[in-house]
Amino acid sequence: MGIRERLSGNEAVAIAMKQINPDVVAAFPITPSTEIPQYFSTFVNNGQVDTNFVAVESEHSAMSACIGSEAAGARTMTATSANGLSLMWEMIYIASSLRLPIVLSLVNRAVSGPLNIHNDHSDAMGARDSGWIQLFSENNQEAYDNTIMANRIAEHEDVLLPLMVCQDGFITSHSIENIELIEDEKVKEFVGKYTPKHYLLDDKNPMAIGPLDLQSYLFEHKAQQAIAMKNAKKVILEVSKEFEKMTGRKYGLFEEYKLDDAEYVVVCMNSTAGTVKQTIDELREKGIKAGLLKVRVFRPFPGEEIAKALSNAKVVAILDKADSLNGQGGALYEDVVSGMYNEKLTIPTVNYIYGIGGRDTTSKDIEKVYEDLIEINKSNKLENPYRYLGLRGDK
Amino acid sequence: MAYNLQEVMVNKPSRLTSGHRMCAGCGAPAVARMVLRALKPEDHAVIANATGCMEVSTFIYPYTAWTDSFIHTAFECAGATLSGTEAAYQSMKAQGKLPKDKETKFIAFGGDGGTYDIGLQSLSGAMERGHDMVYVCYDNGAYMNTGIQRSSATPKFADTTTSPAGSVIPGKMQNRKDLTKIMVGHHIPYAAQTLAMTNFKDLYEKAEKAIYTEGPAFLNIMAPCPRGWGYNTEDLMVINKLAADTCYWPLYEVVDGKYHITYKPAKKLPIEEFLKPQKRFKHMFKPGNEWMIKEFQEEVDRRWEELLELEQLTNKEN
Repeated sequence: MGIRERLSGNEAVAIAMKQINPDVVAAFPITPSTEIPQYFSTFVNNGQVDTNFVAVESEHSAMSACIGSEAAGARTMTATSANGLSLMWEMIYIASSLRLPIVLSLVNRAVSGPLNIHNDHSDAMGARDSGWIQLFSENNQEAYDNTIMANRIAEHEDVLLPLMVCQDGFITSHSIENIELIEDEKVKEFVGKYTPKHYLLDDKNPMAIGPLDLQSYLFEHKAQQAIAMKNAKKVILEVSKEFEKMTGRKYGLFEEYKLDDAEYVVVCMNSTAGTVKQTIDELREKGIKAGLLKVRVFRPFPGEEIAKALSNAKVVAILDKADSLNGQGGALYEDVVSGMYNEKLTIPTVNYIYGIGGRDTTSKDIEKVYEDLIEINKSNKLENPYRYLGLRGDK
Repeated sequence: MAYNLQEVMVNKPSRLTSGHRMCAGCGAPAVARMVLRALKPEDHAVIANATGCMEVSTFIYPYTAWTDSFIHTAFECAGATLSGTEAAYQSMKAQGKLPKDKETKFIAFGGDGGTYDIGLQSLSGAMERGHDMVYVCYDNGAYMNTGIQRSSATPKFADTTTSPAGSVIPGKMQNRKDLTKIMVGHHIPYAAQTLAMTNFKDLYEKAEKAIYTEGPAFLNIMAPCPRGWGYNTEDLMVINKLAADTCYWPLYEVVDGKYHITYKPAKKLPIEEFLKPQKRFKHMFKPGNEWMIKEFQEEVDRRWEELLELEQLTNKEN
């Protein structure tokens, strides 16, 4: 049986990292992920892990050091938020192109500017095309579980891509909730040893990494990254199945909540799913067939699977906690809709940009979304599919 | 340390092999080869390289000229990248994940762009954290890889493509940054300035000290660029010698805070000797521009005097 505890999301991730016991952690503090390197450096200084903690002078150097370390042959982890990820921008592309399975805990926060420290998904969305696997987590339990599964997925020889585990800043990172931890020994066995085939510290087989890669080969190397990203889907499901055997907790590419017979469906990620579930329960009592599809795996994007899961819905609302500022719609919306198009699923879909900069999203807001969906279905009219939820003065 | 430099040159094969695409007359490959010769043959090395001429000319997929392990990530982070590799080494070694009897050494190369400017923070962080590594700056005094733009290492009045010698503004109007002293300010165990002169003895010995001193070490090595400086390719060694003999590029080391000047020219040559063979200073020799040479000389003298004083000051017996 697991260990019952009460922890914040940040504590949960730090404990997962302690159990994983990586060789190197290189990190720089930034709200709201600061606690992760704080807790972790305590584990290091109290001799509870074997990790070498590198207290770098910036996030750019954090990711650079992670790349240098992972390439050396060391299991390497880090954590950041918002502007920290922005400063890593150049290096996250290099990490994925060098096929280094670094694991990053991303505590989602609004990217400046102006400056804001609260939650939205603009940091993660900025990295959506960087070649990183992105897992989203509704609560501390999921943040913990995803972290325990992360190395296995990233380090799989069919994948070899870096991975970020996302959770909502403050909402889950700083809220203390019940959690079930896995025993240290079980985690150790589950995660296993990191045994890269090629690494810098292999003195018998010196290796050169990070070439000038011109017209003759770069295209092929990028295509290999794309193949690895596609492969990740299968590996994520395999690892999740094994995880379920160990813990009884089931994870897929996404979670369906009362979706089977749902006519009105909300698609969202991270903590908002909790609010949506509660609203669904209330609506169901009134006889309204409401449902939820909560995306766990955003990269690789399971467009085909999502479209299939939505095929019985009458109307779908896709909630984006980041605006793409493209005059068209949020990133999750566009990906879901293109997945639906490929599957020839042409039910009305509407996009809501919500929760920007930590704007609270209540069950009243979610009720409003379902009311809109019912209205769209009734009137058979869909005006302005690109909307805001909870914006001041928005009618 | 007793050794025969000639034997070193003959018996220690170059760990940066031929076939790379650096220009004829470039100072950088000679620097890299000699630094790597200072490695014990039995030691493995991980080389990190900042983006720059050296990187784009030595590791073009699928070929590499480096016989040791090598990593390049980006322009401004060779220091941070290699600090991660060194941290991995320390961690894995302590955990028994690497062979006990095998030493690995960590050497970063960066040009002045990747070191004085865009990479200064990353270098500073790596030195402050005390990683057991050597950072080698091959200073050619401008962003040569992108086509000779001024850097903070570019000497005053030099004609570059972003500080052209114009009719109103005659080249770069600022003095060069003194990076070696900035590194000395980190109180690292070993910092030195050198160049490839005559038999490379000074460079070789400093490289060996830097590599085999425990903790962070920094080498600033002047490496002329025929394209950027405008000298004849065969004159590389002449330019190096003139830089030392005019005291434009003093050769010294700072060991645990103590300055030692390792080359004091018997006769300090006037700065014109160094400036004259280089096209980038051509405008300084036009009639009416004598003030530029005078000012340049004053700055060289001021820095040389300061160095002499520092040597005296830090070696005072209590």
